[in-house]
Amino acid sequence: MKVAITILAVAALASVPLWLRDPYLLNALITTGIFVIGAMSLNLLLGFTGQLSLGHIAFFGIGAYVSALTSLGFDFGLPGGFRVVHEPWPPILGLVFAILAAGLCGYFVGLLSFRVRGAYFVIVTISFAEVVRLVALNWVELTQGPLALTNIPSIALPLPGFGELTLRTKMQNYYFVLVVALIAYLLIARLVRSHFGRAMRGLMENETLAVSVGIDVTKTLTIAAVISAAIAGAAGSLYAHYIRIIDPEVFAFINTVTMVIMVISGGKGSLAGPVVGGLIFGLLPVALRPVMAPEAQWIAYGGVLMAILFVLPRGIVPSPAQRLSRRRSGAKALALTETGIEERA
Amino acid sequence: MSEFLQHLVNMLVLGGTYALLGIGLTLIFGIMNVVNFTHGVLYTFGAYIMFIVVQQFGLNFFLALPVAVLAGWLLGAAIELTLLRPLRGSDIDTTMLVMIGAWIAMQSGTLWIWGGVAKSVSTPFPDAPLVLGPVSVSWLRLFVLAAAALLIVVTYLLINKTSLGRAMRATFQDHDTASLMGVNVDMIYTSTFAIGSSLAAAAGALLGPVYVIFPQMGDLAAVKAFAIVILGGLGNITGAVIGGFILALAEELGAGYVSSGYRDAMGFVIIIAVLIFKPTGLFARAERVG
Repeated sequence: MKVAITILAVAALASVPLWLRDPYLLNALITTGIFVIGAMSLNLLLGFTGQLSLGHIAFFGIGAYVSALTSLGFDFGLPGGFRVVHEPWPPILGLVFAILAAGLCGYFVGLLSFRVRGAYFVIVTISFAEVVRLVALNWVELTQGPLALTNIPSIALPLPGFGELTLRTKMQNYYFVLVVALIAYLLIARLVRSHFGRAMRGLMENETLAVSVGIDVTKTLTIAAVISAAIAGAAGSLYAHYIRIIDPEVFAFINTVTMVIMVISGGKGSLAGPVVGGLIFGLLPVALRPVMAPEAQWIAYGGVLMAILFVLPRGIVPSPAQRLSRRRSGAKALALTETGIEERA
Repeated sequence: MSEFLQHLVNMLVLGGTYALLGIGLTLIFGIMNVVNFTHGVLYTFGAYIMFIVVQQFGLNFFLALPVAVLAGWLLGAAIELTLLRPLRGSDIDTTMLVMIGAWIAMQSGTLWIWGGVAKSVSTPFPDAPLVLGPVSVSWLRLFVLAAAALLIVVTYLLINKTSLGRAMRATFQDHDTASLMGVNVDMIYTSTFAIGSSLAAAAGALLGPVYVIFPQMGDLAAVKAFAIVILGGLGNITGAVIGGFILALAEELGAGYVSSGYRDAMGFVIIIAVLIFKPTGLFARAERVG
C-alpha cells in the first residue's frame, strides 16, 4: 500500500515536465526540489534524533561553494607567501567534493555541538552558519565575497560510451534533481529502518534510557549529523550548478527557516513529511506572487507557519510513532509525566 | 595607546545598550524558557518608534525614549498573550518556531510599512564631539550610555527590590512551587516578556539614532543578545551586564585589530567557544549546573 503510493507519487512527479511547459513553474519546481532534498536531510536530524539544527543552511552553502570552486578553479594566497592554485575540474567531481566537504564539516560541528542540548544546541548551530556566512563574505580572494561566484558550469553527466550529457535544459535539470532526491529519500528510508535508525529514535525518546541500554549517544548523533550534512551538501551542489551563481546570501538564516518550515509543516520524523511540506512551502510564494506584494508574501509566510504550529503541531503527514502515540493517549500521558520528572531531576 | 583608549570608550557606549538587550533576553529565556526570536524585532520596533515620534510627529527627542519603552512593553505583552500563553506546556521547539514565524511576519510588516530605505533620526546634541585628551566621544553616545545605565539600574532594582521581582525570581527557580506559594505565574510570564521586550525596544531606540534605522537591523542584535545571555549564564542579570561589555570589547578589538569585516563574527565565535568550553556561562554559580 505504502510502496504503491510512493511509486505513484514518483510517477506523477516524473510526468510533470511532459505536460508542464511553463518555464517559470518548472524553475520553481526545480529549486523547490533542491530545497526538499535539504529538508529531507534536516529531517534526519530533527525528526529522527530530535536535534533542531538551525544552521543547516551552512552545509548546503558549503556544498554549493565547494562544488562551484572545484569546477571554477581558484587561486589564493596563504600567510608566508604560499599560493594555493586549483585548475577547474569537471562539475560532477564538484558534486562529489561537495558531499565529502559538507560531511566532514558535519562531523566537526557534530563533535562540538552535541555537547549541549536544546536551546543551546540551536544557538550553536545558528552561530556556526553565521560564521561561515561571514567568512564567505570576507574571504574575497577565494569566494569573491559579495561580488558572487559567477558562470558556474552546469553539471555534465559522463555516460560511458556516449560521451557526456551536459544538463542545459530545465527538463534535464528537473530529472536530475528528481533522481538525486529519490536517492536521498531511499537512503534515509533505509537508514531509519536499520538498527542505527532505532538507536536514533531511542535516544530521541529518552536519552538516559538509550544510554542505559548501551547506545553510544554521541557516536549515533555524530553519524546522523555527517549523513545529514552530506545530503545537504549535495543539494547545495545541485543548487550552485543549476542557478550558476552563488553569493554569501545563500547562507541567509531565512533559508534554514524555509527548510525547518518544510519539515515541521510536513511532519517531522515522517519520511514523506518534508516532501509534502516542501512542495507546499516551495510553491506557496509562486501561488502568492500574483496576488500579493513581496513583503505581504513574507507576512503570509510567517502567518502560515504560526497557523500550522497551532492547528497541526504534528504536521500534515504525522510520523508513524506520533500516530501511534495519539491512539494510545493514556500511555502517552504516563510517558509525559515520567519525562517531566526526569527533566526536573 | 590612544587608539586602544578610543576602543575602550566605544566599548563602554556599545556595551551599555548590549547589556540592555541581554538583560531583556536573559529574563525571558531564563524565566520562561522561550528562545525569543522576536527580541530583534522589538529592538527594530523601538528604533522605528523613535523615528516616528521625532521625525514624523516632530516631538521632543527625550520624550521619544519613554514612548519607545512603553510601546515595546505593550507589544511584548500582546505577543505573550496571543502567541505564548496558548502554547504553555508545548515543547521548546514549538514555541521557538512560533517565535520565528512572528519574527518573519513582523519584520516583513516593518518592511512593508516603512520600506527598506534606511532612516536616520536627528538629535538635539551638538555635532562636535567631546574631546578628552586622546579620545573623543559624541554627546549623543554619552547620552546613550547614561540612559542605558539608568535603565539597567531601574531593572536591577525592579528584580531585586520589588514584590514583582521577588515573584519573578521565585518563578525562575521553580515555577510549580512559586505557583503553590500564590504567585500568579501566568501574570509573571506576561510581565517578564513585556519587561524584556521593553528593554529591547529601549536598546533599539538608543542605538537607532547612533546608526541608521532599517527593517533588518534587529537580526544581528538578536544574535548578539543570545551571545550575551550565553556568556552571562541563563537568567543571570549581572552576568548579562558583564557579558554585554565583554561582547562590545571583543567587537571593538576585533574590528580594530583583526578586520572590520569580522566585527559581527565576534558574537558568534564567543557563543561557540563558551558553549563548548563552559556551557553554563562564565558567571554561573555552582547550583545552576545541570
